[in-house]
Amino acid sequence: MSLEKAISVEINGIDRELTAPANETLLDCLRRHGHFEVKSGCEKGDCGACAVQIDGEPVDSCLTLAWTVEGRSVTTLEGLNDAENPHPLIAAFLEHGSVQCGYCTPGIMIAAEAMLREKPDPTNEDIAIALSGNLCRCTGYTKIFTAVKQAAGVLRQGGGDD
Amino acid sequence: MLREFELDLPGDLQETLTRLPGGTPLAGGTNLLVDLRARREEAKRLVWLGNIEAFRDIKIDKAHVAIGGGTTVGDILRNSAMIDAAPSLVGAARVFGGQMVRNQATVAGNVCSGSPAADTVPPLLSLDAEICLASSTGVRSVPIDSFYSGFKKNQRKQDELITGLSWSVPGPSTANLFYKLARRKGDAITVVGVAVTVTRDGDRCSDARIALGAVAPTVFRAKDAEAMLTDQPLTEELIDEAARAAMAQSNPIDDIRASADYRRHTVHMLTRRLIGQAWRSLAGKEADK
Repeated sequence: MSLEKAISVEINGIDRELTAPANETLLDCLRRHGHFEVKSGCEKGDCGACAVQIDGEPVDSCLTLAWTVEGRSVTTLEGLNDAENPHPLIAAFLEHGSVQCGYCTPGIMIAAEAMLREKPDPTNEDIAIALSGNLCRCTGYTKIFTAVKQAAGVLRQGGGDD
Repeated sequence: MLREFELDLPGDLQETLTRLPGGTPLAGGTNLLVDLRARREEAKRLVWLGNIEAFRDIKIDKAHVAIGGGTTVGDILRNSAMIDAAPSLVGAARVFGGQMVRNQATVAGNVCSGSPAADTVPPLLSLDAEICLASSTGVRSVPIDSFYSGFKKNQRKQDELITGLSWSVPGPSTANLFYKLARRKGDAITVVGVAVTVTRDGDRCSDARIALGAVAPTVFRAKDAEAMLTDQPLTEELIDEAARAAMAQSNPIDDIRASADYRRHTVHMLTRRLIGQAWRSLAGKEADK
């Protein structure tokens, strides 16, 4: 294995130091440091299970090298799951049964949360474009769309703001 | 785990260019990392482009568009002026990969990948874009129409970097459209991609560009078809004839996504449909004059 290096990165609002070799993806690095909410799926940018936000932008962590996030901020699903103030997506997904096996859910929430910041009142097409890189093989997406719309409504009424 | 390589993290453009000889530029990584994992790519040293300042800048004025080499497909989609400055490119960006891939993949990287199915390339050909290349020894500009020399082969030298792309904003008498045929709207490789630009002058078409993706070793312009339309009034018959010429110029393969015959047929249909749509959209504007 090539030489490991320490990289400073903010994860879910907390300054952390990760160690990684040059050829390690952010996905593998995060999971090695205990972030099991970041899921490993296709490892080629098709499924979106490994999505995290870098400086607020959703990316596939399987296609990101750990060293390249030095000095940046990374948000995983746990960053949306603040104990005192969970993101409205979480309650909406539970209420509508938008989670079956749950493997795609962390990536879908990461992708949907970014879309809701840009489009507070999304159409079905907005949601489809935002979630086009997230594959769910259980739900058929209908309940996911319903939950995203409900969360958008909660946010528009000022609920769940940080 | 990916196979071992070195990873350079230069801090600015100048340092990047000095590190490029013998190295492989890494931008979004949406092709490169997949290829490394599949052992199709054997780069020994990667040069990360993410620290170059203002590399994602987009400049749009009335006549001209310039995007930085680090501009992502997502940046194209989020820029509200782009819908007039490059309608076909916005159309391609909407159906490009998924959200995460769009946020990582750069337009320049898609251009460099040289895949005949690279979705930003037909739009950029239809817009007659210029590619700006830089190395530690100088800068040059190459029209995208002469950039490709064969399957995944292009004019970029090993030590050069695409630092930007530019094109002219289509005027009010010009329509610019793109259509991607694929199994789904996102997260799917293109079966056939067509981009067209039509400029109307009175009852005639003064200029036409037709770019075809995924039907030859490179994305290319169907110039026989373009010539048939230039300086002519566009009747249904002429549009169909030109679309057949575009089909005749394409040279697709059979693969798991579609047969060559199906691709040829689709070139005919999509070219006819897009040229017709473009022409009719301009007819309305002519009538308003």
